[in-house]
Amino acid sequence: MQPVNSYVLSATGIDKIFPGARALNGVDFSLRRGEVHALLGENGAGKSTLVKCLTGAYRRDGGRILLDGADIDPQSTLEAQNLGIGTVYQEVNLLPNLTVAENLFLGRQPKRFGLIDTREMNRRARALLAEYELDIDVTAELAAYSVAVQQVVAIARAVDLSGKVLILDEPTASLDAHEVAMLFRIVRRLRERGLGIVFITHFLEQVYDLSDRITVLRNGQLVGTRETADLPRRDLIAMMLGRELVEEVATEHAAKAADGEVRFRFRGFGRKGHIEPFDLDVRAGEVVGIAGLLGSGRTETAEILFGAERADSGTAETSGRALDLSSPRAAIREKFGFCPEDRKVDGIVGDLSVRENIALALQARRGWARPISRAEQDRLADQYIKALDIRTSDREKPIKLLSGGNQQKAILARWLATNPDFLILDEPTRGIDVGAHAEIIRLIESLCEKGMSLIVISSELEELVAYSHRVIVLRDRAHVAELVGEEVTTAGIVEAIAASAGRADA
Amino acid sequence: MTSTLKAYAVRLFPQVAALVVILLMVSFAFPDFFRLEMQNGRLYGSLIDILNRGAPVALLAIGMTVVIATKGIDLSVGAVMAICGAVAAACITSGYGLVGTLLVTLGTGILCGLWNGVLVAVLDIQPIIATLVLMVAGRGIAQLITEGAILTFNDPGLIFIGSGSLLGLPMPVVIWLVFGLVVSLVVRRTALGMLIEALGVNRRASMLSGVSTGVLLIAAYVLCGLCAAIAGIIAAADIRGADANNAGLWLELDAILAVVVGGNSLLGGRFSIAASLLGALIIQSVNTGILLSGFPPEFNLIIKAAIIVLILVIQSPRAQSAFVFLSRSQGAAPAKTEEEAK
Repeated sequence: MQPVNSYVLSATGIDKIFPGARALNGVDFSLRRGEVHALLGENGAGKSTLVKCLTGAYRRDGGRILLDGADIDPQSTLEAQNLGIGTVYQEVNLLPNLTVAENLFLGRQPKRFGLIDTREMNRRARALLAEYELDIDVTAELAAYSVAVQQVVAIARAVDLSGKVLILDEPTASLDAHEVAMLFRIVRRLRERGLGIVFITHFLEQVYDLSDRITVLRNGQLVGTRETADLPRRDLIAMMLGRELVEEVATEHAAKAADGEVRFRFRGFGRKGHIEPFDLDVRAGEVVGIAGLLGSGRTETAEILFGAERADSGTAETSGRALDLSSPRAAIREKFGFCPEDRKVDGIVGDLSVRENIALALQARRGWARPISRAEQDRLADQYIKALDIRTSDREKPIKLLSGGNQQKAILARWLATNPDFLILDEPTRGIDVGAHAEIIRLIESLCEKGMSLIVISSELEELVAYSHRVIVLRDRAHVAELVGEEVTTAGIVEAIAASAGRADA
Repeated sequence: MTSTLKAYAVRLFPQVAALVVILLMVSFAFPDFFRLEMQNGRLYGSLIDILNRGAPVALLAIGMTVVIATKGIDLSVGAVMAICGAVAAACITSGYGLVGTLLVTLGTGILCGLWNGVLVAVLDIQPIIATLVLMVAGRGIAQLITEGAILTFNDPGLIFIGSGSLLGLPMPVVIWLVFGLVVSLVVRRTALGMLIEALGVNRRASMLSGVSTGVLLIAAYVLCGLCAAIAGIIAAADIRGADANNAGLWLELDAILAVVVGGNSLLGGRFSIAASLLGALIIQSVNTGILLSGFPPEFNLIIKAAIIVLILVIQSPRAQSAFVFLSRSQGAAPAKTEEEAK
């Protein structure tokens, strides 16, 4: 038995019931002082719900929460914050148009004669950030800094306000390797100061790198809590998925030879200021991977291929006929499809139902005067909900209520419903859980077997290697290398990216 | 099919309930309120009066609903009414004939809508600013057409549109009922409704899914202009003249209010034209009811505001969840006593 007081936070038997769904079912969770505790599970497993119950964003329907041995029942995040539980979300929830110092002291600015003492505030902000080895101009707008710096500012504010428990909800999702390392240094230092830290992520490497213990949730139930050091990776994945996945991702490259006719031929295709002109051939049943650092022109390549940005040079043709890619609408008529990187902004139509989201692209292609009948929409939605295992209580649920992985599958379904010949996937597996991840990779492989041509952009190189026949490497907004057959390896891609400068973001 | 009907009933229930309550309240103050009489083949009565007086706002609400569903707003509809009234009066007095006059006037409304739509869809100007331009300039244009005077006319055909009757109902009522029905059917029987909702919720995602967002946006403002033109013709025909200064004055705000009272979100997306029309009737019932109840006129606006605040409070998400909570706890209590009785 652990002495009770070694736990800074302990929750027992937490229940949370949503209309029509039991999100949490008697979940126990305890956090020691001075530990990093990874909270893992597939999308929809209940991680976010548990965190929201702990931080007062949701009222729990059952169970106890003890903070320092005393019962607490936070009614709001503000109350939880004052009690000592601070949270930092993936999307930094600070105010980008205020200065760094104002963000740190918002609502508790030092005052003199009833007015805000800006000089004192800036001095304290600098002192506070110095603890995090961050030497920046605190009078500059927060938006002027990178997401990583904003993340650290958010952590500094949360720790300064709360100081007992820090919850990090996917803090590393949009950071590069260097920034992740900086963030981890800070987290380790906070751990030494005795904070209990809850760490939610989808990156298993980071879990093993940073955490002391791991708690796994599945379908709203506690699967177990283990010491990280005693839990092999395979066992962890088995806990998360509830089934023995043969491999996390089939990492060996199935030396697939890309044969057959070239189906889509792009020559000198480009747009000034977006992407240098490039040549690209894609065969039927071929997956062409696109790799490169953030900002190397990956998304720009996708947008120009789909007509979201109009090409100002070059030609595109399919079997001798010129392709009209002047707009997404034109590209869709050519049987193109595009799953964008930023699902929330460019992908889902949040207030509309899963059914309408799936039918949208097909309906748009048919035109407004030829509506898809309700029965046909229902059939389409049910078919893809089943085929892609989209987890939703029913097809009429607004898509914004689904978890990220299921939203992604619904967007994929939107394009599959149009029966495309050429599908562009921009980061199809970003920010989604291991289970959905594996399913989407399997889907990519089966689509390509059926003869579809795919372009897949991903920053997860192992994944790219697994399904790509060829990989195009981008750097500084230009296509700089093409790896074929045996050359398609993680090491090969990293080398090609690093050929001139920089490091890989793998 | 029954489930769609049920969804429809659930959607419209708050508006129907509010309308019924207001009508009942007025009938307490004015006992003859529900009496209908048939004279010369036309129905008369306070209820018919509400339908008739509410015609301009109801027509404007049809177009406004669609524009608001695209996450836009059209402040110019009152001014467009004035322009179209002036155009109609000018045409009829210079001998264009009824059909020619109507075509030119409706064309003018469409042109005004096109102007707004191009500003919003092509130049990407925020709707509130884009339509403010025509709201301010519109009355000037109308005054130029009428040359500053009230332009009167005596054409029986045009006057019929304002005060004639068809199938026992005043013409304005027939016009807005039929037009509302036609627009609702067109929007829901084709895919337009869904595409407009998608555009209103997320314009970029819709564009990337192949929805012609630009064309749809322009079409929404054109519809709004067309509605304003019809409302303008009715308003002018009603007084047998075009008053550039007062025709449609402040009606854009009543139209927006009708849409909001109809439970449509100003943030765009899901919309119901029927609910907006009920909203327009609620507003007109309040107006007529206050007059009939004999309150001193200086109270009218305040009472109207209070009633509308009440309706909006009842519709607000917080109040709705409170109702659900209350009805649940009330529903639970009798169930218990039943069990105890056993």
